[in-house]
Amino acid sequence: MIGPLVGVLFDGFAYGMLLFLLSVGLSVTLGMMNFVNLAHCSFAMLGGYVTVSLMNDLGWPFFATLPLAFLAAAAVSVVLERVLYRRLYRASDLDQCLLTIGIVFVSVASAAYIYGTVQQPVQMPDYLQGSFVVMGVNIAVYRLFLVGAALAITLILVAGLEYTRFGAQVRAAVDNQRMARGLGINVGGVFAVTFALGSGLAGLGGSLAIAIVGLDPSFAFTYLIYVLIVVSTGGLGSIGGSFVAAALLGISDVAGKYYVPQLGSFLIYLVMLGMLMWRPAGLFGKR
Amino acid sequence: MTVLAPASVEPHRYLQAQIRWHGLEIAFWIAALLPFLLFKTYLVLASQIAITALFALSLDLILGYAGIVSLGHAAFFGLGSYTAGLLAKLGWGEPLTGLVIAAAVAGLVGYAASLVIARFRHLALIMITLGMGLLLHEAANSASWLTGGADGLQGVRMWPLLGYFRFDLYGVTAYTYSLIVLFLVFLASRRLIHSPFGLSLRGIRENPVRMPAIGAPSSAHIRKIYTISAAVAGTAGALLAQTTQTVSLEVLSFQRSADVLVMLILGGAGRLYGGILGAIIYLVARDQLSGFNPQYWYFWIGIMLIAVVMFLPNGVLGGLAWLRAAWRGKTA
Repeated sequence: MIGPLVGVLFDGFAYGMLLFLLSVGLSVTLGMMNFVNLAHCSFAMLGGYVTVSLMNDLGWPFFATLPLAFLAAAAVSVVLERVLYRRLYRASDLDQCLLTIGIVFVSVASAAYIYGTVQQPVQMPDYLQGSFVVMGVNIAVYRLFLVGAALAITLILVAGLEYTRFGAQVRAAVDNQRMARGLGINVGGVFAVTFALGSGLAGLGGSLAIAIVGLDPSFAFTYLIYVLIVVSTGGLGSIGGSFVAAALLGISDVAGKYYVPQLGSFLIYLVMLGMLMWRPAGLFGKR
Repeated sequence: MTVLAPASVEPHRYLQAQIRWHGLEIAFWIAALLPFLLFKTYLVLASQIAITALFALSLDLILGYAGIVSLGHAAFFGLGSYTAGLLAKLGWGEPLTGLVIAAAVAGLVGYAASLVIARFRHLALIMITLGMGLLLHEAANSASWLTGGADGLQGVRMWPLLGYFRFDLYGVTAYTYSLIVLFLVFLASRRLIHSPFGLSLRGIRENPVRMPAIGAPSSAHIRKIYTISAAVAGTAGALLAQTTQTVSLEVLSFQRSADVLVMLILGGAGRLYGGILGAIIYLVARDQLSGFNPQYWYFWIGIMLIAVVMFLPNGVLGGLAWLRAAWRGKTA
């Protein structure tokens, strides 16, 4: 009785951490910079494809591909930010939505052109495979690894934004652009770096996620909805909020699919609508 | 966005000037009859365009005029589709009553949704409309005993239109029927938009806080237009179900919500003809381009969307209006 329940809780939490890894970058770009960036999962997809290509075609070890996935997504996003996004920082939500949906369409079609529409094979190294049993609960090594990675990234981000000079500049630029500019902060540069950081995190999240959720060109659309749910229910600009929302979402999704499979994803959407109506600014939202 | 009435013009005269028919408009509707003469093999596509244009018109009513962004408008389209399809499947295949009932069901659900919609704006609104669309899609997918699930609704049998015109394979009846419904709804929308009610909607779009201060209840207006828009979207969905005699799960999909938004923006939101023009460009281009590489169609749509947002903020119609104004400025 207790065994399956704890097992569902662990799997749900691990799935939630996977969603958190995918969405934490969006919590930076959408949450802090207030840009409705629907192309977030395109950057995640890019990270996934970088990892797959390096591992399968060049034989790189899994861990060596992660920094490259981060850098590739960050580099592409800086180019896009300088050319396109930057002009729309003050535009309406709708314009931001449309521009980024356009980018999603282009990225999906490009991925289909280069890699085809089939699922990419992902072979994790041996030491991340398999599972062990603790007190009757089956724990998969890779899921445990995801939980650890999510916790580490949360700590680094929160500490970085709270206690470093750059973190203070980002918060100043977000809160009051004119004042920050008056104090000599290069707001455009800070935004570009923040944006690159958010997209880089998406790339990293993408390459960590593909071992569980798979990778094909529809990735950019499928997981977009989940990351939007996480960030909007967690609260804009709150990394801790995203963490809690992702954990709740992961557990309710896995538990729902385990106990009432006929409902499918119905439960998640219902939970999200209820939470948004209760608190439109999200669980930990400030604005 | 369109410029509101200059202060010096007397309000009644302004509204009357707006409602007068322009020569180009009459030419446009006459041109809508051309497919019967010139492109007889494309009548099925033409009826798809008329239906999609009606759907885009319904989105224009809320997005273009009241400024309500929706990423889940396919919910009402799908509701209308399934209502009309199920009615016909259960033995009542009369098209016109089916159309009215489908519109009523979609309008009713739209009214219930509007009670929620009117309270939110910005990101929360986008997420709630998106969530509602996804919720309905999942519900229809799960309730496969009713909707046929992913296989779609089979066994829709329509009776002849007005007891006389059968729905043929070439789409003659389908296009005539869709075009007439589109035209009638268009007339009604045109009247609505140029009424004082329509003007106050535009006021809400520009400034939702100030409108109540001058005596126009924002929430009540938003509820009204949202209900109307849902009913129109339901009508479009019902037309699709009746003319194709099948309903697939795709009518509720996010893709359909996104597509109609793209068409409206492409044509130009807040201009009534924007959605229609967008639907024509989008569907004709898809029909022509997807012939040689269907997978990469979305690449071009994406490029088009980025270009419109960056360079043509008011869509193709906005660009044309700007060109005309520039031309007049030069000759005058």
